[in-house]
Amino acid sequence: MLNRSRYIVLGLVVVATLIILNLPSQTTVRLKLGIGSLFVPLFGWAGSVQHVSGQAADSLIPRQELLRANELLRQDNDQMRFRAMQAAETDRENARLRELFHWEHQTPWKLKLASVVLREPANWWHTVQIDLGSRDGLRVNLPVMTTEGLVGRISSVSLTRAQVVLLGDPNCHASALVENETRDTGVIGSSGPLDSALVEMGYLSRNANLKPGQSVVTSGLGGIFPKGIPIGKVVDSQTADYGLSTVARVKLAANPNALEKVWVLFP
Amino acid sequence: MNWLNTIFVLGTAFLAVFSETAFSGVRHLLGAQIDLLPPLMVYASLCTGLTTVGLLAMFGGLWFDSLSANPLGISVLPLFLVGLALHARRELILRDQPFAQMVIGFVASAATPVLTILLLFTTGHIPLLGWGTLWQLIVMSAGGAVATPVVFVLFGWLHRTLVHGRATQSSFRADREIRRGRS
Repeated sequence: MLNRSRYIVLGLVVVATLIILNLPSQTTVRLKLGIGSLFVPLFGWAGSVQHVSGQAADSLIPRQELLRANELLRQDNDQMRFRAMQAAETDRENARLRELFHWEHQTPWKLKLASVVLREPANWWHTVQIDLGSRDGLRVNLPVMTTEGLVGRISSVSLTRAQVVLLGDPNCHASALVENETRDTGVIGSSGPLDSALVEMGYLSRNANLKPGQSVVTSGLGGIFPKGIPIGKVVDSQTADYGLSTVARVKLAANPNALEKVWVLFP
Repeated sequence: MNWLNTIFVLGTAFLAVFSETAFSGVRHLLGAQIDLLPPLMVYASLCTGLTTVGLLAMFGGLWFDSLSANPLGISVLPLFLVGLALHARRELILRDQPFAQMVIGFVASAATPVLTILLLFTTGHIPLLGWGTLWQLIVMSAGGAVATPVVFVLFGWLHRTLVHGRATQSSFRADREIRRGRS
């Protein structure tokens, strides 16, 4: 069935695969980013196609609707300005009190806006690629979020692109806190293969007082995600490990399937 | 002629990998992204040489892994094993029949991700699996089954358009020409 030439080609492919799989991790990352950069010209093409289709869709919206949306946004903007003024005063007061009590100063977040350019082709990972890279100051493990909540963290960086591993992927865990009376802490784990917006929160105490609708935010433990970033809301919970702990399902605030623009956070 | 076909196959693989990452309409609709490399591998193994099969597995796998969270090189071996198995039995396969192409595309599109997942576990990586994975496998296999005859049609058209047909020798001989009428 297999003649000599087939054995030779099979041997060559197996040897090449084994060599590539056993390369040092730094070399693999560089090689991966190098091969991936072959697709860079196509990123621009896909971006311009999306831009043109977006413009075509925009031109179909009636003027009245645009004016109404503009008015609503103006009202929102005014409200946000008042809140920002209020928050600035609270910040100043907070800073004064921290100074009085000799507490550590909190540094404000620095954010950079990025566009999602590619999505994971394999069905067994949840990652996306964004159009910022090491030349924009990105490094591994920086948190990525939207205005709705946490999205994930940077897993690898090239000069012009970065890969973001999303919440729900087996390689992205986040220490989280339920905003209830007992402030229960747990760890956000994997999602299901189909519904990536529904993740599991494990390692909760067996006496955890969980109710559907309670907010879940990052706890600040673990050293990657700062405290207080919204993650989602509790959907339901059940006991696990023969009653020793509780596992909850959390609906993510930021829908991972609808990501277009994300913010990279420089804590 | 062979090298031109190899270039077509590799170029299509490059575009296929890019389209899988750039356009996710099928994923939003059905919950799984369809992989177009197995249908291409079916075409390559049935209609081209072993070198093309090896090159497609190597380049296609590396391109796919470079845009994915897969470890680099993990997709090469599953693709090649599928291609080699088909290449070894190509004389027994009715490769011109669309139904046969669909069935082989279905099997290849199911076997490739299963082998990749097994290889991921073997190398110590834990992919995202669950009952939903079965649905994803069905979608990938069905998508591959539909895409395989399309790949054959596309390459048949490319072949007819861009490659010269083989010149056939005429059976006409002047010394055997029957001359009618008076000479």
